[in-house]
Amino acid sequence: MINRLALLAAGTLLFAAVPAAAHRQWMLPSATVLSGDDVWVTVDAAISNDLFYFDHQPMRVAGIKAIAPDGSDAAIANASTGRYRSTFDVHLTQKGTYKIENASSFVMGSYMLNGEEKRLPRGTTSATLAAALPAGATNVRTSEAANRNEIFVTVGAPTQAVFKPSGKGIELVPVTHPNDLVAGEAATFQFLLDGAPAAGLGVTVIPGGGRYRAALGQMDLKTDAQGKVVITWPAAGMYWLNASVGGRPEGGPMGAAGPNGPQPGAAAAAGGPAPRRASYVTTLEVLAP
Amino acid sequence: MHARTLISHSLALGIAAAPAAAETLDLGIVIPRMTVAEYHRPYVAVWLEQPSAAPRALSVWYDGAKKDNEGAKWLADVRQFWRAAGRSLRFPADGISGATRAPGEQKLSFATGRGPLPTLAPGNYTLLVEAAREVGGREVVRLPFAWPPKPGAVVKAAGTSELGTVSLSFRK
Repeated sequence: MINRLALLAAGTLLFAAVPAAAHRQWMLPSATVLSGDDVWVTVDAAISNDLFYFDHQPMRVAGIKAIAPDGSDAAIANASTGRYRSTFDVHLTQKGTYKIENASSFVMGSYMLNGEEKRLPRGTTSATLAAALPAGATNVRTSEAANRNEIFVTVGAPTQAVFKPSGKGIELVPVTHPNDLVAGEAATFQFLLDGAPAAGLGVTVIPGGGRYRAALGQMDLKTDAQGKVVITWPAAGMYWLNASVGGRPEGGPMGAAGPNGPQPGAAAAAGGPAPRRASYVTTLEVLAP
Repeated sequence: MHARTLISHSLALGIAAAPAAAETLDLGIVIPRMTVAEYHRPYVAVWLEQPSAAPRALSVWYDGAKKDNEGAKWLADVRQFWRAAGRSLRFPADGISGATRAPGEQKLSFATGRGPLPTLAPGNYTLLVEAAREVGGREVVRLPFAWPPKPGAVVKAAGTSELGTVSLSFRK
């Protein structure tokens, strides 16, 4: 049952932050390292097979927000959604690092009512779960999924404030700042799952421009006990990074967690709740030395 | 005897260790003449790297004449400079930034302990020159030198595309 739910959810929530099948969702900023006094960045946002080509679906702009270096909200400007992609601009009026994110979380699950198994309505969140359950519901099984897709752009010197963890889902904590990446150098990132170091998390990194290469160039990495992963960039360019636990994977046939990772429905079949599901996606720009 | 020793000691100091008087670094940068359809003078940055100290911006040539300092938008394209020393500055930067310069040999002088160049402790340093040209390429040359320099020492390097000969000499 949970298995079918997961499939349904993945299919119907394609336009939200949920990854589906082999399609990869991404936001691509026009630049990540910027100078000047009146600075704008423009972003393409789409869901596609190839990185970073517009060949499948646009990402919806409604869930996207930008956070300024001082923690305030920055406006999403000139948003437009076309057949294959959305675009929008952000006016970078402060010096420092901005985060542009599309994050969501929802609750899937089922309950028994009058001897019938019912599914939780689509779009249920932990805040609306109580209201979604009718009186007399029994045998409630739920599974929360948290998905986060975020990019970073910096005007002037990089700053750290936008990396303050929320404690929800998978989050990136810089050891190396994501806007300070250079080909040939090693970068270290730490990943948290619900605020704690995500040990053994599968992290997939794929360089853009695959259309002009024979090889995908995918790097499959795993975080250490502190949730840290070291990535040495083979060349300059834009890279797509994905990390996920549980659920329907995005990183490959069996997902970043591999064939031994938690599979949807496994716990449900054993009578327990479905495993924690969370995914993280970012686009990183690596500059030429 | 005692007096003679003192004199020779102070002479040695005057040559080897940095004296109170400033020493001057003279830098010549050749900007190649190019026959290209669209030519823009390059943005050029000069900075000093030293072990266990933050890199120091010494000179940046950029288009500061545009309204609202729009030329600063392209400073991040001088990539190595931007990462090492540029991104923490505000432009225009007093005593550091100036207008772009024409092809030919351009000269700069920096006195120790004045303006952007600090008094230098003995050790190994690298002076870097990076040029980035609108609708063109980018190139960095490195000039390693030991401080204090030997009298008459000249350090030279040459770029192959965006920079010609770059030479560094020293005088009192």
